[in-house]
Amino acid sequence: MTRKLSMSGAINEAMKLAMRKDENVILMGEDVAGGAQVDHLQDEDAWGGVLGVTKGLVQEFGRERILDTPITEAGYMGAAMAAASTGLRPIAELMFNDFIGSCLDEVLNQGAKFRYMFGGKAQVPVTIRTMHGAGFRAAAQHSQSLYALFTAIPGVKVVVPSTPYEAKGLLLAAIEDNDPVIFFEDKTLYNMTGDVPEGYYTIPIGKADIKREGSDVTVVAIGKQVHTALEAAEQLSQKGIEIEVVDPRSLSPLDEEAILSSVEKTNRLIVIDEANPRCSIATDIAALVADKGFDHLDAPVKRITAPHTPVPFSPPLEDIYLPKAERVVKVVSELLGTPLEV
Amino acid sequence: MKALESSKDVALTKEKAQWMYQRMVEIRNFEDRVHELFAKGILPGFVHLYAGEEAVAVGVCAHLNDKDSITSTHRGHGHCIAKGCDLDGMMAEIYGKVTGLCKGKGGSMHIADFDIGMLGANGIVGGGFPLACGSALTAKYKKTDNVSVCFFGDGAQNHGTFHEGINLAAIWKLPVVFVAENNGYAEATPFSYASSCKSIVDRAIAYNIPGIKVDGKDVLAVYQAAEEAVQRARRGEGPTLIECVTYRNYGHFEGDAQTYKGDQEKAEHKQEKDAILLFRKHLLNEQLLAESEVVAIEKSVEAAVDQAVKFSEESPYPNASELLTDVYVSY
Repeated sequence: MTRKLSMSGAINEAMKLAMRKDENVILMGEDVAGGAQVDHLQDEDAWGGVLGVTKGLVQEFGRERILDTPITEAGYMGAAMAAASTGLRPIAELMFNDFIGSCLDEVLNQGAKFRYMFGGKAQVPVTIRTMHGAGFRAAAQHSQSLYALFTAIPGVKVVVPSTPYEAKGLLLAAIEDNDPVIFFEDKTLYNMTGDVPEGYYTIPIGKADIKREGSDVTVVAIGKQVHTALEAAEQLSQKGIEIEVVDPRSLSPLDEEAILSSVEKTNRLIVIDEANPRCSIATDIAALVADKGFDHLDAPVKRITAPHTPVPFSPPLEDIYLPKAERVVKVVSELLGTPLEV
Repeated sequence: MKALESSKDVALTKEKAQWMYQRMVEIRNFEDRVHELFAKGILPGFVHLYAGEEAVAVGVCAHLNDKDSITSTHRGHGHCIAKGCDLDGMMAEIYGKVTGLCKGKGGSMHIADFDIGMLGANGIVGGGFPLACGSALTAKYKKTDNVSVCFFGDGAQNHGTFHEGINLAAIWKLPVVFVAENNGYAEATPFSYASSCKSIVDRAIAYNIPGIKVDGKDVLAVYQAAEEAVQRARRGEGPTLIECVTYRNYGHFEGDAQTYKGDQEKAEHKQEKDAILLFRKHLLNEQLLAESEVVAIEKSVEAAVDQAVKFSEESPYPNASELLTDVYVSY
């Protein structure tokens, strides 16, 4: 049975199912319940996460398994890494991915390194759930998309879902995974609804999904930008241009095969990534295709990204900071040498 | 645990009393107005209001000049006002307008005015401790007698940067005053749950610096404690930790239902424990200001906040070209 569920509802449901299935799964983070030791709340949450994504978990699983932490990212993130390597399967919530600045060592030099550095003797089955993305008027320190930072670290898997269905299946896969997985949730997608099956299912990490088939241009899009690509695809389709929208779903591992075989078919590539352009996933995928798919290319690879600036607060500036469907249409038209009017 | 200290025999000049009362009323009025504007959907983004904690920012900043600097928090509007930020420029910043103090590029959580030593509100909990050490290092190196004040909440004192920052300030005898605003809650989590110490000020012992805990609703108690700490810093004798026990009248952010607070505590902090009402009563009882003078301040502040809103409404948004300025590389 499937039914409509929001992105945040799908993520919430995945955590509940994982915790029912495996008693070693715990959740920790800042105000994941909220109201710890407030007399009139007991096992009721005050917040259930700052945007309510973990609402209701403490009611079902209690404060032994839903752990409110002090505002000490380094403290609980490091604890999650070693709890994971000694028998638990923690979900550690980093409220905003920007806060990784306060606990990068725990991921970079600790959790990510254990399995390899200790000769395969340690496993770190931790899932870091974190919010990212611009468009929420949350300003420079609460709006970044830092998935490239983690993709650059060997030993960490990186997942960026774009729909509620995928969020649920990929989060369950992340929790089952024996390596550290960082799971990016775009805060502007939480209210987006979609068809989500009831019950437990996983989507394999490392498999891309073709969100729309097309023969003219391959558009690889990350997270929310999948929807920008699909919007552009609708507009272009009316002009008789069919773009193929590839959603990698995980950035590490990256489904290179899916991207390369799509480019082999279309001979053109655009990557849409709302993160900053330098050392980014867009750049990484462009390099991949330049290296392994050069013979299939009929045109330069184009990257549609945010500019190389912090995220501005002012609404009109933030709006132009983000990639837009119009820009995708324009770049596609340029690549194909077709007139611009849509 | 240190006892809570109240004010005793504080002699204020009339001028200082007026300044302090005006600043406190400005903060309250400004924040109440931001609360209304946010509720109406006029203001974008995340907003964290300082109403209820006015005595802390004002009692401390009363001892600072424009060359002294402060670091702030996500709940920074009160610090900005106490340090002397322009109300028009602050409000316009919260609106995201180009006339804002940061051209609309920072927003509520990042208001700054370096010309008057306001080194920025900060979206990262615990971000201010090392920054305050840095501006204090500048003062020490250049042999000015300027001080740095680091305002922070009870949530931040568990953060690693608290310990690293205070230790650094202590070993280098930096002119920093660390001012804890203990409002009882870090977001939705009570202080009593999140902190192993009963008092933030107990942690001063570990770093071998003076610590004092005061009633943060009593602006004169804050004023008195800050006077000693600021003077000590100016003399080159190093940092002090002041814990101000206070309360935030609104939620962690606008939109927070605050189910973790009790009804009684919410009510009493708006009445008998309200810092502004207490100070007003003191000013009248001690005949520092006449009723007519107090009312004149209140009216002028209301007009100033009205003006700030009008100014912001009428100001333009930044041009698109602003997206690519103020950064050293643009792609």
